[in-house]
Amino acid sequence: MSELLTAEGLHLHFGKVAALDDVALEIHPGEVVAIVGESGSGKTTLLRVLAGLMPPQQGQVLYAGEDVHAMGEAARRRLMRSDWGFVHQNPRDGLRLRVSAGGNVGERLMAAGARHYGNIRAEATEWLKRVEIDPARIDDMPLQFSGGMQQRLQIARTLVTRPKLVFMDEPTGGLDVSVQARLLDLIRALVADLGLAVLIVTHDIAAARLLAHRMLVMRRGQVVEQGLTDRVLDDPQHPYTQLLVSSVLAA
Amino acid sequence: MSHQEQGRPTQPAAPDRAAALGPHAIRTEGLSKDFTLHLQGGIRIPVLRGVDLAVAPGECVALAGPSGAGKSTLMRCLYGNYGAGSGHVWVRHDGREVDITSADAREVRAVRRDTLGYVSQFLRVIPRVATQQIVAEPLMARGVGREEAMAHAAALLKRLNLPAKLHGLPPATFSGGEQQRVNLARGFAPGYPVLLLDEPTASLDAANRDVVVALIAEAKRAGTAIIGIFHDTEVRDRVADRLFEVAPMQDAA
Repeated sequence: MSELLTAEGLHLHFGKVAALDDVALEIHPGEVVAIVGESGSGKTTLLRVLAGLMPPQQGQVLYAGEDVHAMGEAARRRLMRSDWGFVHQNPRDGLRLRVSAGGNVGERLMAAGARHYGNIRAEATEWLKRVEIDPARIDDMPLQFSGGMQQRLQIARTLVTRPKLVFMDEPTGGLDVSVQARLLDLIRALVADLGLAVLIVTHDIAAARLLAHRMLVMRRGQVVEQGLTDRVLDDPQHPYTQLLVSSVLAA
Repeated sequence: MSHQEQGRPTQPAAPDRAAALGPHAIRTEGLSKDFTLHLQGGIRIPVLRGVDLAVAPGECVALAGPSGAGKSTLMRCLYGNYGAGSGHVWVRHDGREVDITSADAREVRAVRRDTLGYVSQFLRVIPRVATQQIVAEPLMARGVGREEAMAHAAALLKRLNLPAKLHGLPPATFSGGEQQRVNLARGFAPGYPVLLLDEPTASLDAANRDVVVALIAEAKRAGTAIIGIFHDTEVRDRVADRLFEVAPMQDAA
């Protein structure tokens, strides 16, 4: 099987509320999958469970054949440093605020084994350019950056080690619309260039259409519809998906 | 490219010889499509019933029928943009037939990358991406090198009378006709074995219509199977080998 990650029979309840109700999913190398749904549908919980940040009450998540929740903390951290990346909605959750922009990018390279200072700085400079941050600001602190720049810095920090699978939780969430468009283009180009597999959680249908090959629609902890992105959006079958699509302005 | 491997004659196919040309490039089998509008009390709108359409390599079939008969719906079903209620859409891809209606998302993507192109009426603009890049992208997705893809894109855009000074700009601010030509260049650039054209000349002037007619003729000679909706009957008569009638449901019943 060529799946990068598979999940089966995931259940997670918070009291009486089902955050995950028998969810299954797989993702292949190079595939961009969007998980959409309204707030409280369980989509962020699903992302956290898939990324090993939160255990399910039932079910299994396999990465390259290995059980993510059985592998132990150290192995999971190793995976986060090497094969995986996580882009948080709030860049401050994904950046080290007391470390310079260049340091934020270089630190992840060092964690992955890079040692030569000159090379690390050169690569960090290159990545700042790729995410459209002026390399002259390499020694500035993240808090001196705007929200959009912080998010681009977080993306550079995440992608510099060339992960195989990137989890993104509402990456354009707190940003102005004009800044969102720029960030989406950037993500779209980088994902295509690097051939990344991406699991992206978003409530932004237009963003999902632009980025994702495949889409899952979640409601009350269940996946109610899934398939090719343009088919789900243009020919939605489930009543909830029809409501979701009809509520969007010209997606 | 698979259409070259089928050893097709280089002459344009006469319509009555279509069946003799071997495997169809695309065919439907009992294709039906209803829409169920859950937000309008679950009302069901039947659009297509039992459609059997087969198109051979090198053949151009024009969909005919009144507005609202379901021509665009059929096109979208052929591309997999709409699912089917029942029946199949078989596309010859990579030496075998793939059913677009039941293939998984990754397989549909592969068919769209290598075999099946679709020129819709309107360009879905991707913010900030330059025109030439938009046209070159499907070529690069098929493994053509960046330089070659960009050169091919530029040549095709020029042929469609989009001057070089526009190639570096995103088409968001272009006129309707200019956007349509970007869309056409993107659709014709890769040389798909099957090409779907929804009103390809709707907002074009006479000179650009002629370019599109020539592009269609060249694609047919290269073995491309084409299905089109052409409201412009002059264009239709110049490119189509035959018509395929799509009847409104109340008439068909």
